[in-house]
Amino acid sequence: MKTSTPPPFDPNDPAGIDDLLSADEKAVRESVRQLCAQRVDPYVADWFERGTIDDIRGLTKELGSLGVLGMHLEGYGCAGMSATEYGLACLELEASDSGLRSLVSVQGSLAMFAIWRWGSEEQKTQWLPPMAAGEAIGCFGLTEPDVGSDPGSMRTRARRDGDDWVLDGRKMWITNGSIADVAVVWAQTDEGIRGFVVPTTTPGFSAPEIKHKQSLRASVTSELVLDAVRLPADAVLPEVRGLKGPLSCLNEARFGIVWGALGAARSSLQAALSYAGERTQFGRPISGFQLTQAKLVDMSLEYTKGSLLALHLARRKDAGTLRPEQVCLGKLNNVRESLEICRTARTILGANGISLEYPVIRHMNNLESVLTYEGTVEMHTLVLGQAITGQSAFR
Amino acid sequence: MNIVVCVKYVPDAQAERTFNASDNTTDRDNVDGLLSELDEYAVEEALKIVEAGEGEVTVLTVGPAQAADAIKKALQMGAHKGVHVDDDAIHGSDAVATSLVLAEAIKKIGNEAPVDLVVTGMASTDGTMGVVPTMLAERLGLPAVTFASELTIDGGAGGTATIHRDGDASTQTITATLPALVSVTDQINEPRYPSFKGIMAAKKKPVEKWALADLGIDPSQVGLDAAWTKVEAFAARPPRSQGEIVPDEGDGGRKLAAFLTEHKFV
Repeated sequence: MKTSTPPPFDPNDPAGIDDLLSADEKAVRESVRQLCAQRVDPYVADWFERGTIDDIRGLTKELGSLGVLGMHLEGYGCAGMSATEYGLACLELEASDSGLRSLVSVQGSLAMFAIWRWGSEEQKTQWLPPMAAGEAIGCFGLTEPDVGSDPGSMRTRARRDGDDWVLDGRKMWITNGSIADVAVVWAQTDEGIRGFVVPTTTPGFSAPEIKHKQSLRASVTSELVLDAVRLPADAVLPEVRGLKGPLSCLNEARFGIVWGALGAARSSLQAALSYAGERTQFGRPISGFQLTQAKLVDMSLEYTKGSLLALHLARRKDAGTLRPEQVCLGKLNNVRESLEICRTARTILGANGISLEYPVIRHMNNLESVLTYEGTVEMHTLVLGQAITGQSAFR
Repeated sequence: MNIVVCVKYVPDAQAERTFNASDNTTDRDNVDGLLSELDEYAVEEALKIVEAGEGEVTVLTVGPAQAADAIKKALQMGAHKGVHVDDDAIHGSDAVATSLVLAEAIKKIGNEAPVDLVVTGMASTDGTMGVVPTMLAERLGLPAVTFASELTIDGGAGGTATIHRDGDASTQTITATLPALVSVTDQINEPRYPSFKGIMAAKKKPVEKWALADLGIDPSQVGLDAAWTKVEAFAARPPRSQGEIVPDEGDGGRKLAAFLTEHKFV
């Protein structure tokens, strides 16, 4: 048994999980944190309040220069990093704002991944390098006004007209839609569901921005209107038919959320810890009260457990053994617990908890979206319910 | 342009830093370390010079095994290769001995291709003595232009280095012929953070490891026993005393201004 003195206790990493990361993984995390600290953190509360990101194209290019966009993909100008490194990047991005992480998730895990995994060589060569560099922005159209958890019932249709494809329909809640240069759109065809690479300058394509959001306000959310959008034969993603196409992309993005949500939780937890140490009531800091300590410790426990789960799933993804049900498990747990951490942090900050002067209410409101998108709590519960019992409760 | 940047691996200033109880040297084992932040400015400045023209940046460090992390960070930022001088006998070396090891290492680097410019930070964030750059220039017989807040290279390798050195009341402009040694302040640039491509590329960049024998230095010339200075004792900083209250007798503003000027806050 060793008797040497253990290293000092780190309140931000109570279980010492950092030991499980390599030096390069920490370097990736540090670079993303530095970019966020310089380019996002000083401005993001204002962006959230005004419902717009200043110079979003410039910011996207900086993310591209760092290597974040499509970072876990190989070739075509992508950085070729590990799943663990991708997860760490998502956590740092979302510690700044879920909207920023959404921009990166949609670009890399949905739009770029769809082209990278299911596209033709020409589609990959045309779109992936500029998307990796942040010079071209992508969006991903699956959800519709009347179709969410049951994408198989989508109404958007693509029909053949000679060699061409003609798309009609609407997509809803599409991140990056109004600023995108390219949209990956899923539509019903006579051959089942297929994906299309749609340049947003194509006649008949429009993407009005969705206003009045109280969540993800530092993120562009749009409707896609497809009105007889005529595309050449080679616009279709050739390598996939059926729901497997979009679901494979969602699985990638969900993995990023398993990590990202923890970023929002960490930011809120740190804000609460710092506030509780400074706020004095009844003659002492409120961090000295048992009720506050119970909250802080519970938040810290759930954050620690979520971090271990995320890291374990990432190691499995890097080893090629990660199953979609396991991603569901991670997304379900980590978003739910992160939202709870943000809500508890809100109570510790008292009235200040509802002010954008602190990051807490922003993260909390953002996570309401994250809880629903990329698979609702209900769907992930039912997927896991089916996996555990062998009986489907929804099909 | 062949540039050597001297960097130091230091204990993280954010962490609790202590001394070894046995010999009063800095405890480097029980604290996370990193590339001295003041040296990041030196790395950045060297990278800017070669990116604007041509050439190669070699990062040089003297330190224990963990000091490889400082070289790695510089390589991730974009430096081309590293040299790590690591020898148990160096433990406890003072600034005089450190400058000797650095000088011999730079001479050895120069055997392959002449060194045109040596860039250092203005001081380390742990020792904060700030004397090594000048000692090093003296040993190498190079002009020392120190505390640069701006650096301009004219005429490439055979040209000149011109710096701005900011004083309290004036700024000096100093020009030296190359080869020269320049130390830079934290005002000179904004150090980049490594891109993912930089992090990946650094894994393949060469790092040479040299011991004292490779540099022809006798172990008796370095280390704690050879040090001209050593830490005799240390004590924790006393808790901050209560501030001075200046009553305003109509001249509060003047007193406040005098205080700020006296302490060089303005």
